[in-house]
Amino acid sequence: MRDASPAKTYALHIGVIALLFALNFVLPDYHQGLFARIMALAVFAMGYNLLFGYVGLLSLGHAMFFSAGLYGAGLTVYHLGWGVPEAFLAGVACGALLALVIGLLALRTSGVAFMIVTMMFAQVFYLLILYFAAWTGGDQGLVIQQASRVIAIGGASLDLTDPTVRYMSALALFSVVLLITLALVRSRFGRVLVAIRENEERTKMLGYDTVANKLIAVVASGAICAASGAAYALLFGYVGSNFASIQYSILPLLWVLLGGAATTLGPLIGTLFMYYVTDITSGFTSAYLLIVGVALILLVLFAPKGIMGSIRERWLGWLP
Amino acid sequence: MHFGPHLLLAALEGLVTSAVLALTALGLSLVFGVMRIVNVAHGEFFMLGAVLAWAVSTAISGHPAVGFVTALVIAPLLVGLVAFLAEWLVLRRLNYNPESTIVATIGMLYIIQQLALTFYGPEARPVEPPFSYRMLLPWFGYSGYKLSVVVASAILLVITWLVLTRTKIGLIMRATQYDRETAQAFGIPVERVYAGVFAIGAMLAAIAAVLIVPISQAHYLMGQDPLLLSFIVVIIGGLGSLRGTVVAAILIGLSDGIVSMFFSPTLAKIIATLVVAMVLVFRPQGLFGTAPR
Repeated sequence: MRDASPAKTYALHIGVIALLFALNFVLPDYHQGLFARIMALAVFAMGYNLLFGYVGLLSLGHAMFFSAGLYGAGLTVYHLGWGVPEAFLAGVACGALLALVIGLLALRTSGVAFMIVTMMFAQVFYLLILYFAAWTGGDQGLVIQQASRVIAIGGASLDLTDPTVRYMSALALFSVVLLITLALVRSRFGRVLVAIRENEERTKMLGYDTVANKLIAVVASGAICAASGAAYALLFGYVGSNFASIQYSILPLLWVLLGGAATTLGPLIGTLFMYYVTDITSGFTSAYLLIVGVALILLVLFAPKGIMGSIRERWLGWLP
Repeated sequence: MHFGPHLLLAALEGLVTSAVLALTALGLSLVFGVMRIVNVAHGEFFMLGAVLAWAVSTAISGHPAVGFVTALVIAPLLVGLVAFLAEWLVLRRLNYNPESTIVATIGMLYIIQQLALTFYGPEARPVEPPFSYRMLLPWFGYSGYKLSVVVASAILLVITWLVLTRTKIGLIMRATQYDRETAQAFGIPVERVYAGVFAIGAMLAAIAAVLIVPISQAHYLMGQDPLLLSFIVVIIGGLGSLRGTVVAAILIGLSDGIVSMFFSPTLAKIIATLVVAMVLVFRPQGLFGTAPR
């Protein structure tokens, strides 16, 4: 492995985090809000990337983990009146638990069957949200009031609806997850995951329990995606069934492909790029899905490695 | 109405669903079987067929049957052309890699859906049935057109079966399905077979859509349910097994009709999807298929 430059690697990642921190004070209001959203969703993409990029498992159902976090956090706040930290943890726990169950079932299959099985489980999850509309609000969704999105620490209180607090909370979550992924993929466990992606039979022959490793990866990926969903619910105050629809399973795939699968910074770049492309083009046309579709086809045809993947291939071989 | 007639009505409705579903799923199964790829845009070819049928039949004045028959010919041909181009421009260049093709067909799904929304609009529009004969049963009247859909689809299924098992084209397709490289070594133009199979698969979906559009209206989002149901049918019926596909389509169509008449349609879908996912997890070769080589 390219372990020659850990200092350079960590410097780059800390630099990215510092840049995002500085942007808070420079960006105009509208873009500050957009960046907070992008960072929260980049966490979703990073969770997806862990499984798709490093283990090579293409799931078409990650919306269920995102929305498990979304509803896990949103419903505990809405119905049970829980505080923000407990609700966030409840969301992550829901996602991890769901990922464990889905992983145990779906990992019995591989390849195309894995994609279809994950898609179907996600569809069941989506329909369950609609079916229990009395609690989940169905496709109307639920709005979480500002009063329940305040964290009280001792005497002080943090209001998540305040733009700067929201930006910093999203950045904090993003930074933690970015550093966790970086440490994870540089660890022994991360290399086993890549070995499984490259040749599962050989990895098994070398004595690794590939099923257990894949299951851990699914749970980690599900928990990270759920953290993104929980943060999204608490920061932006809305939970709705469209976050569980198939489209939200495809978006992280698009972001990761665009940014570069199996790169630590790719998910952020992909999410950022796609969000701004959509934002700019929505000025001319409402045909947002057309752009997503064309982008997907062009990517698989001409740039299967994505932005960061191509940069790594051409210029910076040491990029993690 | 009493329970008996109610059940009969549900079964009839289920039979119509089954007939259309069998055609759509057969298209998906052919592509899945011969080319070993999952076409996520299959439902959009179905939708495109319905939307084009509306466009053709409204463009032609006169008796509704004239417009309908013209649509039945033109819409599938146009959809076949679109599919042929998609195969030629995109899928071939991806070398039919299963994962890249899924991503690419997801892209096609979005493109076709958005274009339909832009040019056709968000409204649901009906197509007039070619005839309006009502069959009188002792308990209720039933649309003769609906029954003719069942007959038409049965005839088409038999024709497809005959082509696959009794003609040289069918032999070539089966040879390609069985072993691509050996087929190529024997001089079979595999690339042309793939393009043809992809186009035929899309055309089957389009024909099914034209048949159903006088009953349920044309809408730009109508491709989602057929896609999911076709997946379910293909998985339960077993990959590449025509008989399995038909049996599974009847099973799913009837149970969908009956269950959603007595229970909530959402609950019916939840149960069906969950059952199928479990089949795929514990019996990947399907209920009727044989284990893959």
